[in-house]
Amino acid sequence: MNALVTFKDVNLSYGGHKVLDEVNISIAAGEIVTIVGPNGSGKSSLLRALIGALKPVSGQITRASGLRVGYVPQKLHIDPTLPMTVTRFLSLPVKITDMEASEALAQAGVPDLGPRQMSNLSGGQFQRVLLARALLHKPQLLLLDEATQGLDQPGSAAFYRHIEKVRDQLNCAVLMISHELHVVMSASDRVICLNGHVCCEGKPDVVASAPEYRALFGTGTGGALALYRHDHDHAHGDGCDHDHSSEAAK
Amino acid sequence: MLDSFLVRAALAGLGVALAAAPLGCFVVWRRMAYFGEATAHASILGVALALSFNMSVFAGVLVVALIMATTVSTLSGRGYAMDTLLGVMAHSAIAFGLVAVSFLDGMRIDLMAYLFGDILAVGRVDLAVIWGGALLVLALVGWRWQQLLISTVSPDLAQAGGIDPKREQLILTIALAVVVAVAIKVVGVLLIAALLIIPAAAARPLAQTPERMAAIAATIGAISALGGLQLAYQFDTPTGPTIVSLAAGLFALTSLFSLGRG
Repeated sequence: MNALVTFKDVNLSYGGHKVLDEVNISIAAGEIVTIVGPNGSGKSSLLRALIGALKPVSGQITRASGLRVGYVPQKLHIDPTLPMTVTRFLSLPVKITDMEASEALAQAGVPDLGPRQMSNLSGGQFQRVLLARALLHKPQLLLLDEATQGLDQPGSAAFYRHIEKVRDQLNCAVLMISHELHVVMSASDRVICLNGHVCCEGKPDVVASAPEYRALFGTGTGGALALYRHDHDHAHGDGCDHDHSSEAAK
Repeated sequence: MLDSFLVRAALAGLGVALAAAPLGCFVVWRRMAYFGEATAHASILGVALALSFNMSVFAGVLVVALIMATTVSTLSGRGYAMDTLLGVMAHSAIAFGLVAVSFLDGMRIDLMAYLFGDILAVGRVDLAVIWGGALLVLALVGWRWQQLLISTVSPDLAQAGGIDPKREQLILTIALAVVVAVAIKVVGVLLIAALLIIPAAAARPLAQTPERMAAIAATIGAISALGGLQLAYQFDTPTGPTIVSLAAGLFALTSLFSLGRG
């Protein structure tokens, strides 16, 4: 298989805690992979190790040579003391023309944001600008770290539909982190359930019913969280989720 | 032309102001104000060491400022909050420096000249050192501008783009040490941080992009240096503090401007 990124027996510590334990993951070209897991399960650390910001204690992270990565971080605070228009932000670190910037913004569905200050954007606008920036240089692998955080339900559904469209256009692989299982189920080819180590891995519908997944959210709550997710799934089934499942089925 | 001490003073002030402006912007953006101050305060220790080992003051200050800046960078995030750490380091450095200076017997040191600067005593060699350092800093910051900016916005975004944010941090640290070393003669240990921060802060309400802010900060810094020199000469006030006072006045003006604009 022609993998873009391969994690082989990766162990990682952060702040004296072991966050990744013998993790083996491989991402192939063009696939959408979602990583789910509770807080502190090492999801973000995994992405940060992938971009090279964290070094594993042992094991190997292999990236295809010349791999172009587009990264959308979990949160990004731009200090208000730093004046930064959206157009200027898109030109970091590789300079682009104003023309290219406005095209990218139009494609992201936010054509009028160019002259606005980054620190004045709403959460949803900010995410779209971050995504537009990540897509500028035609990435082969798009990394999304809880990109729907702070978005409401229809907002995150729209965001994920947009991601699918992007994948179809660029044919890039997508590795995203989410703690919302129902969005995962509808959009991704493969789900990896992470809690320090890889708990289970499979098609979205398989993961939802696997005992490991339920155990992850605690048997103490009688699987309430998993049930809540399940209910949630149905409640949403009338609207956006329906669209997703039909799209995924195609 | 360089025979006049006033011309030399003006050129010295201009050189320091121009180098301090873009660097000061990064100090403000990265919330390193106290970091700049700690580095500056440490330089009094550099003065003492330079004088006792018969080195050039510039070299002594540069070495101590570099050591201070890298120590603080390394220690940050290891158990102490940054402001606590810098509070300890900045004030200890100045205390150690003052104690060290008192051991230098037989040599009369005009301590005030190092604490508050003595721009009117800038000689030709000083001027060469100041402009050499200033041009070095401008070249360094200009060369790494894009990388420094993305590392300031987000270290992880920089990393994903193949840029090592730690390396960029080190470049800023070195540039800061150089500015401190060349500015000590102009405004002195106690006011170097002011020359870094005040023009940048004053430029913020007038700027829409980082480049604009750096350019406006440089203009405000230059006006403060030249105007401050003029005012100090006219009213017979200490030059360094007069320069900083003028910069503070400009800061008040632009703040009012931004308040008025809502």
